[in-house]
Amino acid sequence: MNNVIEEKQNVVVKFAGDSGDGMQLVGTQFTNNTAAVGHDLGTFPDFPAEIRAPQGTLPGVSGFQIHFGSTSVYTPGDSCDVLVAMNAAALKSNLQNVQKGGILILNTSGFDTRNLKLSGYETNPLNEGELTGYLVYKIDITKLTREALLDVEMGVRDKDRSKNMFVLGFIYWLYNRKPENTIQFIEQKFKSKPEVKEANIKALKAGYNYGDITEAFSSRFKVKPAKMAPGTYRGITGNPALALGLIAAAQKSGLQLFYGTYPITPASDVLHELARHKNFGIKTFQAEDEIAAVCSAVGAAFGGNLGVTGTSGPGLALKAEAMGLAVMLELPLVILNVQRAGPSTGLPTKTEQSDLLQAYYGRNGECPMPIIASSTPSSCFDAAFQAVKIAIEHMTPVIVLSDGYIANGAEPWKFPKSADLGEINTKKVTSKENEEKFMPYLRDENLVRQWAVPGTEGFEHRIGGLEKDDITGNVSYDPDNHQKMVKIREAKIEKIADFIPEQNVDSGKEKGKVLVLGWGSTFGAIKSAVVDLLSEGYEVAHAHVTYIKPFPKNLGKLMSQFDKVLIPEINNGQLVRLIRDRYLIDAVPYNKIKGTPITKLELKEKILEVYSEIG
Amino acid sequence: MKIKAPVKRPAKPSSGQGQENGGLTSKNFVSGQEVRWCPGCGDYSILKQMQTVLPQIGVDKKDIVFISGIGCSSRFPYYLDTYGMHSIHGRAPAIASGLKATRPELSVWIVTGDGDGLSIGGNHMAHALRRNFDVNIMLFNNEIYGLTKGQYSPTSKMDTITKSTPLGSLDHPFNPAAFAMGADGTFIARSMDRDPKHLQAMLKRSHEHKGTSFLEIYQNCNIFNDGAFFDFSEKDRKMHNALFVEHGNPMVFGMENELGVRLDGTKPEVVKLSDGYALDDLWIHDEYDAIKSNILIRMESLNTTDQDVPRPFGVLFSAQRSNYEVLLEQQIDFAIGQKGKGDLDALIAGNETWVIE
Ligand code: SF4
Repeated sequence: MNNVIEEKQNVVVKFAGDSGDGMQLVGTQFTNNTAAVGHDLGTFPDFPAEIRAPQGTLPGVSGFQIHFGSTSVYTPGDSCDVLVAMNAAALKSNLQNVQKGGILILNTSGFDTRNLKLSGYETNPLNEGELTGYLVYKIDITKLTREALLDVEMGVRDKDRSKNMFVLGFIYWLYNRKPENTIQFIEQKFKSKPEVKEANIKALKAGYNYGDITEAFSSRFKVKPAKMAPGTYRGITGNPALALGLIAAAQKSGLQLFYGTYPITPASDVLHELARHKNFGIKTFQAEDEIAAVCSAVGAAFGGNLGVTGTSGPGLALKAEAMGLAVMLELPLVILNVQRAGPSTGLPTKTEQSDLLQAYYGRNGECPMPIIASSTPSSCFDAAFQAVKIAIEHMTPVIVLSDGYIANGAEPWKFPKSADLGEINTKKVTSKENEEKFMPYLRDENLVRQWAVPGTEGFEHRIGGLEKDDITGNVSYDPDNHQKMVKIREAKIEKIADFIPEQNVDSGKEKGKVLVLGWGSTFGAIKSAVVDLLSEGYEVAHAHVTYIKPFPKNLGKLMSQFDKVLIPEINNGQLVRLIRDRYLIDAVPYNKIKGTPITKLELKEKILEVYSEIG
Repeated sequence: MKIKAPVKRPAKPSSGQGQENGGLTSKNFVSGQEVRWCPGCGDYSILKQMQTVLPQIGVDKKDIVFISGIGCSSRFPYYLDTYGMHSIHGRAPAIASGLKATRPELSVWIVTGDGDGLSIGGNHMAHALRRNFDVNIMLFNNEIYGLTKGQYSPTSKMDTITKSTPLGSLDHPFNPAAFAMGADGTFIARSMDRDPKHLQAMLKRSHEHKGTSFLEIYQNCNIFNDGAFFDFSEKDRKMHNALFVEHGNPMVFGMENELGVRLDGTKPEVVKLSDGYALDDLWIHDEYDAIKSNILIRMESLNTTDQDVPRPFGVLFSAQRSNYEVLLEQQIDFAIGQKGKGDLDALIAGNETWVIE
């Protein structure tokens, strides 16, 4: 039959099923395909906290949302145009996020009595009026997959594993795509298992053909490629981007990268990525705990290497004392914190921006440390690279803040050439020019001390956590010296403001009524809300802070050009406190603390509310 | 099941002469910082023996690093003119692990105490031992917290009366050597501050061992726990209570070497040589025998006779096992052999790229 091909600008699709249904794989395959046809995109996988949550239940639902389009895409989308639900629980937990009039593709065999009961449906939503207002397609995906694999030699259970490929094939058909990249992927992945390979490819094709032959679907969709800046792109998620940024910085500085860490959600993928690239001379060390992890990185840094540790909020708390040691030793060290919802164990797989104050203040004593925040998956590369540069060139520990949303989200990345990355110069001493005693705490004009590493003749010296005498570095209990050193350590960090870029306005003009000031993963939501409001004629602007300590030098002036500054955060108000404290302005907080990102719609509403309060 | 002790034995270690080190003497290792331990503290002697041994081990001053935690013992690095770090409480083994992993050629010494190494830092201690980095751990055991002014420690005997335990301490103490054995340490030795010669010999052996050496040093805290080890260190009592073991030699002790230790099955017993025992009848120390070393280390707690058994000093156990830092380098060489040296541009581009015109 001849389908009508409808053209769409932007589409949000969500794949949801049981955690064993392979929805993450479907999502990433569809993402790669989407990128390859030239759409801009953003993704958001969300999976259960438990590794094997009970099958068929609401906590067991695993989802993958992708937003793609022919115009710029900044977020994974507020609500879905299409929901694929493999079972009743997947429908129940996602239906409220589907737009009225949206498409529901439902696997009917996932709505049997058992599944209905486990998901808490009293009556079958497929039969009742519950789904009126949606375009509902009921497909017995399980049965159709089995039929497609009739002549494949394998057990039914194994065959059922291919039903995610049936779904993917069908979605490819629906969006007028060619499935070649996935076929290649399957061939590669199951090279050594011919029957699994065959089953998956057959299921994929069956899903595709099902769209073609069945009469149930009246229309297919077409989305034009986005107008993106010319260049070579790849897809990237946040954690690998952090890892790549570290590797690039290690090469640019000529240092050996040592990554000491302890597994923790959602930061572990940084370790996994780095461990794969040992041929870059990278040493990864899975320590016995968070404290040992940071300490091992301090030891590596003392030895003249690029010492890095990575963690999430609870781990950052454990590392605090050793981070203070690094401040005292004035050694380069990078601490990655991929934030998650807290306090305590909190919501490990949910996102939050609630470690900013911990990063800023969370150590004993006066213990300043630069903070850099990534805002999108690809910006993690720059954040890691710049953190290393500051750490090494200013001899200080540096914190990089990312979060679970950035860590797992994907976007197209116009990646840099290594030759275009800046240089990183170490403060290492090599040989002695005179007989004078080496002064470990003698500083240059930027208050930075030298890096004398073991093995360098004539520079033997001792450092430690006790207060240092200025210049000599000897232990000192002198009261005036202590005050002086506290001030010097703070001034040294503030001096970094001379070396970081000024704060720019991302969208809008440098003067206006409301400035929406954000940091971290709220970037996409703020940008899309502000872009919308600008096109509607409002005098709003969006600025996104990457350098939180020290703040860019022009930030205060920039904010003063607006009647109001609104600061949306996925926490109970943290950047807003730092801004109020530093600049004495009446910044307005907007906080969502639900473990989920802020949506464009709710933010637009808030901006308009603030806007309307201005006379 | 037959448990096999490691059989590979290292060649007899050389003692290492001063000449190899460009003619340095102990003076070259004095940092010049004013030493701040209480007068009479056992730490002075340990420092002196270290400064005596360092010129003899054939390592350049620039390649030696001392890392300590917190406590009286941990002031140690300040007084040696090498590289050094006085770090934070209990974490020296973790810091040393990162240093050794990245700089295998350095001679890394960890200085810790019974509180630093076995209480707050017990976790790192256990893991350092099992990973077997080629580093040297010196644990100064004074059975008390000195720096915090006299609370009981994890090695204090039960019922120890201190400021924090006016009615006596309740916890069963650690036997540090048994702890190290339990963590699969590959070199476990014991010495004391008041026996300079023995301590020097043990420091040398620690250095020579390829792996994590764990040297427990009984150290007198004359302020808060004076005389804790006098049974083993003072002339009149030492001969009777301390057993100095040496690989291949029978275990004899006593004023006139008139006593010996014999193994009756797995049970150690003290015998008088005058009762008709020949030296051959005694327990011949085999530092590579893990089972016997376990008995030796726990001799006191295993003792069921009404006789006192002596406390063993010397190299109680040693074994050879691969070093973490060596394996780590091997993995890198292997990865380079397999994939070639990393190409940064190829890495950043990844496997799938597309071009927008
Ligand atoms: S308190 Fe005890 S261990 Fe500490 S320096 Fe004084 S005597 Fe030595």
